[in-house]
Amino acid sequence: MGGFDFSNHNRNAALHAQGVPLPKATSTGTTIVGCMFDGGVVIAADTRATSGPIVADKNCEKLHYIAPQIWCAGAGTAADTEFTTAIISSNLELHALSTGRKPRVVTCMTMLKQHLFRHQGYIGAYLVVAGVDPTGCHLFTVHAHGSTDKLPYVTMGSGSLAAMSVFETQWRPQLDKDAAVELCSQAILAGIFNDLGSGSNVDVAVITADKTTLMRNYITPNQRVPKQRNYKFPKGTTAVLNEKIITKEDISKYVTVHELEDDSKTATAEVMDVDQ
Amino acid sequence: MAAIFSGAPPQGGPGYSFNQTPRTAPSGLRQHHGFYPYTDNGGSTLGISGADFTILAGDTRSTSGYNINTRYAPKLFKIGGEGPDNKNARIVLSVVGFAADGDALKERLDTIVKMYKYQHGKEMSVAACAQRLSHILYNKRFFPYYVHAILGGLDEEGRGALYSYDPVGSYEREQCRAAGAAASLIMPFLDNQVNFKNQYEPGSGTGHDLQAKVAAPLPRDTVEELVRDAFTSAVERHIEVGDGLQMMIITRDGIQETLTPLKQD
Amino acid sequence: MNHLPQAWGRPRDDVYGAYDHSHFQTQLPNQHTQSPIVTGTSVVAAKFKDGVVIAADNLASYGSLARFTDVKRLRKFNDEVVVGFGGDVSDMQYLDRLLNSLDIRENYSNNENPLHAKNLHTYLAKVMYKRRSDFDPLWNHLLVTGLDGEKKPFLASVDLLGTTFSSPTLATGFGAHLAQPILRRTIPDEDAVANVSQEEAVKLVQECMKVLFYRDARSMDKYSIAVITTSGVELKQDEKLENQSWAFAERIRGYGTQVN
Repeated sequence: MGGFDFSNHNRNAALHAQGVPLPKATSTGTTIVGCMFDGGVVIAADTRATSGPIVADKNCEKLHYIAPQIWCAGAGTAADTEFTTAIISSNLELHALSTGRKPRVVTCMTMLKQHLFRHQGYIGAYLVVAGVDPTGCHLFTVHAHGSTDKLPYVTMGSGSLAAMSVFETQWRPQLDKDAAVELCSQAILAGIFNDLGSGSNVDVAVITADKTTLMRNYITPNQRVPKQRNYKFPKGTTAVLNEKIITKEDISKYVTVHELEDDSKTATAEVMDVDQ
Repeated sequence: MAAIFSGAPPQGGPGYSFNQTPRTAPSGLRQHHGFYPYTDNGGSTLGISGADFTILAGDTRSTSGYNINTRYAPKLFKIGGEGPDNKNARIVLSVVGFAADGDALKERLDTIVKMYKYQHGKEMSVAACAQRLSHILYNKRFFPYYVHAILGGLDEEGRGALYSYDPVGSYEREQCRAAGAAASLIMPFLDNQVNFKNQYEPGSGTGHDLQAKVAAPLPRDTVEELVRDAFTSAVERHIEVGDGLQMMIITRDGIQETLTPLKQD
Repeated sequence: MNHLPQAWGRPRDDVYGAYDHSHFQTQLPNQHTQSPIVTGTSVVAAKFKDGVVIAADNLASYGSLARFTDVKRLRKFNDEVVVGFGGDVSDMQYLDRLLNSLDIRENYSNNENPLHAKNLHTYLAKVMYKRRSDFDPLWNHLLVTGLDGEKKPFLASVDLLGTTFSSPTLATGFGAHLAQPILRRTIPDEDAVANVSQEEAVKLVQECMKVLFYRDARSMDKYSIAVITTSGVELKQDEKLENQSWAFAERIRGYGTQVN
């Protein structure tokens, strides 16, 4: 039996009563938008994730994969958007395999709304679902309580009003692809610069009948200026009370040691995104 | 402050709660006020004093909730001097928190400093001004000015003087202080870079004999760079900080004011 | 063991229930306006090259009821000041009376230097801050527009807490969310003001009123608009929104799976 584990509920209620605060979830106080055009659909998002007033992630991804031709932009609690889209993506793949047909956007939307309605809004996922399937192009919004909407242009998240102001002044029927991409990124920019919950860069995904193009960091209007001073500490600045040297011979009893070609290089499995 | 409105102890302690407020509405006829007389307008300020100068800085964004009220609302005010634009002033007040209280506080202190010169025929010293500010704040102990104030100037020996305050008037002269929304982000940086906290002289000893790096007043250009780095970094990680950086540098030649743009997202 | 020192020695909430604060104050405090009743929604304003334009719709709502449909929320103070009111309508009418008496007093005492927009903004800010400090707020958010002492465009706001700020474009209420992004696109900063003509500014503000009518459920399509320049105040109080577009509605079918 799948689903959530509620066995800590009573313990947590008691802890809360004793003054232990609720854990703070990372929320994507966000601007996300979607817009139809002739032959496809565009969705876009900003890339700021916040935890209260603190920026938790300056360049997060809010465009989630569901199926090759169905993508989802998520606002609300980061974990909820992440896991909800992941589970629906998984179920939709199985559904497509068992029916032997391409997944449909309405199917995805229905699975999402039923999943969210079942949990009565406690899963804080606010989504823009977009995609192209054999029945055509589709664009939906799904709210955390399970209601859905079907409109030619949609916005969600804390920057939804700022973004909507762009659509309400500049949208027109029968847009082409480039105009739709431009309109969506302008809407996101309105959110980035007018809503404190949104910021950093613009991500865009264009879905047409033949392909999906994910344009990560399509616009980067908020590059950090270089620092004025150098904050490298001279070696020995940090106090060391204790020192223990483990030789290569010792450690190779437990793990495999590879020699580096260049002594000046440090071995890294994955490069982290840091300010220079 | 919160005590007089909700009966709950002051917030911001190390994780105190009992839910911060009473669980049940106070019984009887007394209803909770629907009107809360404070708001937080965000932003951050900082001050650093040097051997013969003091720098105060603050961002110029004013917020309410997730909205930007304006991208230019100064948090630094010249105090004293002559006329409405405070010509020849030598004291600067920075206020962050509830902007309406900040403005009221600034206006009261400015009037007092100007009246002092009118009545005594000499400029008010920074030390006197600092103590007066403390009294103004404590006078409203049970309906406080909801601001974190920093006062800067030059003392009677011409050295940089910096005083920081809590909302009800507790004050202290310091080398440096950050206040406001991003104070918790900036203050540790200042401790490390201005007072060299957690830094030791390399090779000055082993283990407990290692000598801590001794803090000395920093030169002006270094301090200016530190201030700019502190703010560009705070902008990266705090949503309420941004738009512009206003700096005031107080030297024996007067007050020099600069404005540098910050990110607007 | 409870690890929060503040909680030590206190009766536990989960055992004894929350602390009863009712004995703290037996006297009932004075009850003032604690919430707005009949309200007006957004006010929008923008500076341009040689003046300011301000607009507000003519609706006064009673909760979700569109109660009065011809309430004028822009008030001309003199030939160079207009005040726009958002929030409680009765408090607006009180402020109107206050401004009337101020105007009369001013006209009796001198007519050399009439009050300009900056003066009026300072005055209203002090009134609002005093009332909030007395726990008896005037439940309004005002925009003060016009010309300052040097005949330059002036635009600033005051709210029920006495908070003041100024910006080349301002909008209260719902307009802060919906109209301000539109206004800022054309007039991002003080430098941009010099490049905006009166016609452009009026069109911009009209556009904002239209978007607000589309998306603000407490708004209407009849509005007042005022332009303040050195040549005086041009106030129109019975404007109608024009060229609304409902093109998006054509192709909408249902909210989910419905196709036809």
